[in-house]
Order: sequence, then C-alpha cells, then structure tokens
Amino acid sequence: MELALEKWSGSVAEVSVGATKDEGGTRAKSIKIGGHKTLPLLFKESAIPNRPVVAFEVWDIAPTEWPEELIKSYGDKLKDPVAWADFCVKEYKAQVLCIKLQGSHPDFGNKTPDEEAKLIGKILKRVDVPLVILGSGDDSKDNLVLPAASEAAKGERALVGDAVQDNYKTLVAAVLADGHNIIAESPIDINIAKQLNILISDMGLSLERIVINPTIGALGYGLEYAYSIMERARLAALSGDKTVANPFVCFVGHEAWRAKEAKAKIAEFPSWGPEPERGIIWEVITAAALIQSGGDLLIMRHPKAVEKVNKYIDELFRDASQVSYKVSP
Amino acid sequence: MFIIGELINGMYANIGKAIREKNKAEIQKCALEQIKCGADALDVNCGPASKEPITDIQWLVEAIQEVTDVPISLDSSKPQVIESGLKAARNKVIINSVTADPDKLDILVPMAKQHNAKLIALTISAKGIPKDKDQRLELAATIVADCIDKGFPVEDLFLDPIVLPLNVAQAQMKDILESIHEFKIISDPSPKTIVGLSNVSQGTNARSLVNRTFLTMAAAYGLDAAILDPLDKDLMDAQITAELILNKHIYCDSFLYAYRKK
Repeated sequence: MELALEKWSGSVAEVSVGATKDEGGTRAKSIKIGGHKTLPLLFKESAIPNRPVVAFEVWDIAPTEWPEELIKSYGDKLKDPVAWADFCVKEYKAQVLCIKLQGSHPDFGNKTPDEEAKLIGKILKRVDVPLVILGSGDDSKDNLVLPAASEAAKGERALVGDAVQDNYKTLVAAVLADGHNIIAESPIDINIAKQLNILISDMGLSLERIVINPTIGALGYGLEYAYSIMERARLAALSGDKTVANPFVCFVGHEAWRAKEAKAKIAEFPSWGPEPERGIIWEVITAAALIQSGGDLLIMRHPKAVEKVNKYIDELFRDASQVSYKVSP
Repeated sequence: MFIIGELINGMYANIGKAIREKNKAEIQKCALEQIKCGADALDVNCGPASKEPITDIQWLVEAIQEVTDVPISLDSSKPQVIESGLKAARNKVIINSVTADPDKLDILVPMAKQHNAKLIALTISAKGIPKDKDQRLELAATIVADCIDKGFPVEDLFLDPIVLPLNVAQAQMKDILESIHEFKIISDPSPKTIVGLSNVSQGTNARSLVNRTFLTMAAAYGLDAAILDPLDKDLMDAQITAELILNKHIYCDSFLYAYRKK
C-alpha cells in the first residue's frame, strides 16, 4: 500500500540552547530543538532534524513537598544545588539542566536576586551543559530575580522563563540584553500562545528564539487536552503560521509527580501496586505521550524515568536515519 | 485566500498615463503598495486605451520584476498579448484568462502547461454570459474536462463564475455563490475558484461595502482566490476575519496584525 504523504509549506523554528566557546559561551556543547518540517515521528514525510531532549530539574532549595521516592534518588544532594547539578551531569549524564529558582519566592525563602545570580554563576562553573533557568512564578519577584540570573549567564544562550501574557516585558528585555532564548507560557490556550509570541516578537526578540510552554497535564489530568493544543499549533505552523511555529517545552516531572496515582501510599490503595514504581511509570508515560504530540524539551525529575524515556527516544529514532526520505538541500 | 491585486490596469488614469509616458516608478510604487497591503500576486492589464499591448505588457512585467518576485497575472483577452507577457516573465505567472470556447482553450491551456503557469478560466463562451448556475456548471465542466484531456493540472486551474453587478443581476447573486461551492466538486483534485470582485459593486454607490460583503459570503462558499483592491483596508480586514471564522487561522487578540505579519 502506498503511503499518503502530506506536503507542508512551513516548518518549526530551530532553537539552540547553550553556547560553546566558539559561540561566546562556556558550554561543552549546545543542543538544538525543533526545526521539524512535518508532524512528530513522520520520518518518511519530511525532515525531523532534532530529537526530543530531556532536562533534569534542579532547585535552588531542597524541595520539601516532593514524594519520598524522588527525594531518595538524590539524597543529601538536594540540600546543595551545585552538588545536585553536578550529580545529575556526572552520575546520570544529564544533557541539559533546568534550574528552578523556587527559593526566591517570598513564601519559600525569599532569596535575593544577588544570591540567585551567584548560584547561577557557580552552577555554570561546575557543570558544562546548557541551562534552562526558571523563576519561582511570583511575577514581581521574578522581575527582579530573572534579570539578575540572566545577566549572570550572559552569553551562555540559556533558555529563560517563563514569560506570561501579563508579565513578559522585563524578561524579554533581559533575554535580549544577555543573548538568551525565552519560554513563553500559556495556560493550555492556543490563542494566548499565539498572542504572547506576537507581543514578545514585537519587542524585538525574534520568533526563532521562543520556546512555547503550552502547559501540560499529566496522564489522567488533561494530557489529551495538552496533546490537542500542541497538535493544533503544529498543524498551523506546518501550514505556514510562523507565530506558533516554535518548539515545545513540557514540564513533565512537575505535572506527573503531582498526580495522586504517582505519590499515594500503597497502604491507601493496595491494588495500585508499589509506589516506587508507580511514580516513575506515571512520569514515563506522560513523557512518552508528549513526545508523540511534539514535545521537544522535557523537564523531568526521576533519574529512572529519564533513563527509560531516553531509551524510548533512542528506539523511536533508531531507524530515522535509514528511511527513504532525504532532506533536500 | 490568495489575493491578486487589481490596480495595475491601464483603465485607471494614473496607470494609463504611466504606460503612455513609460514611467516605471509609478508602476513599481503601485506594485509595492499592493504587496504591502496583502496582495499575494499582481494582475497586469494594459487597459483598453493601449495601442501597443504586445509591447506594453512586456514593459509592465519588466518594471514589476525589478522590484518584486511575486507572481504576475497576465490579464488580457488576447492570447498573443499573454504570450508576449510570458516571454518577458521571470516571476511565476498566472494566465488571466481563458474562456470555455474551444479555440481559446486550444491555445491557452497548452500555453499554461508549457510555462508551468496557473490558469484562470471564465465560465463564459462565445454564446455569452451564463444566465444561471446550471449554465455556469456546464461551462466549468467543459473547461475542467479540456484541462484533463490536455494534461494540465486541475489544481492549477482557477474557475471564475463571472460576478455580475449587483444592480444589474441581483437575481443571479445566489447562483453565483452556489457555483463557487459546486465548482469544487466537479473533479478530484478540485479546481480552485476565483472572482474578479470589483464588478459586483459596479454602478452602486456603496462600492466598498458591497465588495466586502460579497467577498465574505463567497469565502463561506469556499472561494480560494480573488482579484481585488488590496488597498481597501476594510475589505482586507473583512477577508481576514472571514477566514478566521472559517477556522483557517488560529485566533489571537491581534489577529489582523498577526495575519499581516505572516
């Protein structure tokens, strides 16, 4: 039977994260996400130049509310963000780290912009992988902390976020000044995603430097809704709409480990099976579905889940180089 | 919707004068203005007063190509004028137009095929303008069958149902709109549909309003392309909004701006 192949006129922007010495930074290598000329995994239809990439989440404070299973896998490292970052890279071969400055939140330690800038500096010295840098989600504090953190990573081409529709100007200005990329977050809403991209690009940051955080739900918590939003954006992008033609970042760990099924004690639900496995499975399944819907950068938490997802990506892309499709020059 | 700007036409005083005086700058200004306002292609017509359309069309095509590479729609009822325009054209070409008459089809369909040009076909014949939907469909089917016979790709064919002035043929408006929809089901792959829009408002005293109202209605019937005045901002806004309502683009609060940014 002959395959029905679609001809697309548009493509997804390709975003590089991390700058090497040649590129003005100090990272050992940079990663590329996006650049697709077809829907996810349709290798025979057109070019899919980059694989999905998994980033480990590292916090500036020890997360108190993470389930035991997650805490166990990092142990004491959780108390020292630099050691935690180093551990992810050395022990688990992390390709990218996502540094969440949760401790700057007024309710979680209220760290100062200066403290956070210094921390980013230390992490950049200790590890040589590209960084994602996130605020705490408190808008007014983020507007102080993120410019400082951005400046501390100047020239490293980090991915900084999140910009939201009501709070993007300060972050865009910082990202422009320091040569980074930006995460544009919308609440599972394609219309807001498009509007925010336009607002950001109007400030002079090109559309090719935006990564969309579409906001996802974990398995059982709106995953299919996120899937449909991502699919809609991708179809429009491939049909030529540049204002939604961006790679997606998906906060898989954050969502999956919030699910009751991931963290409930076995004593409460004996039929659900042992909790050490359950959370990992929840994170893996959520990630696998999002890879199929076009997720390009997956921010994850459990090392075992990351290992399984990387293996899954390897399997999906194993034959990709052997398909009949050739990228035309 | 694929928009072909109609303003480079010798029947307009400024263009007629520019052609007579060989004033390139005037033509190029008109070309760029139309593109800036959203034209995807430019119609080029020497106008009724041109004494030398065969050389004038080449001069027009060359003037336009100096400033843009958008497709050019060579607009003439005379095949030799179109052929002359084709000789000068480096940009992509749309041939405007052929009719359902065999002598025209025999010349222009092979010409379009040979030059990889798109082809606009009017559903009229030597017998005159069709009086209803059935006559339009019959002429459209004749044209499609001829293209298939001659190996011209039907998806590059743009069928025009012939839009008549509202104040002349009010009773035909609904037939014209329905023809747009029915042309699409003549063959698979479907031919495209197009209208020369401004004719609908000819002689009325609310031209812009009549034009944009007809265009939004035609969009709902599946219209693919239109030859119109892209400098009419209300018209372009209505067209963009109509496509949004038809779910052809993703909504955002700055949707007019977003469309123009593309």
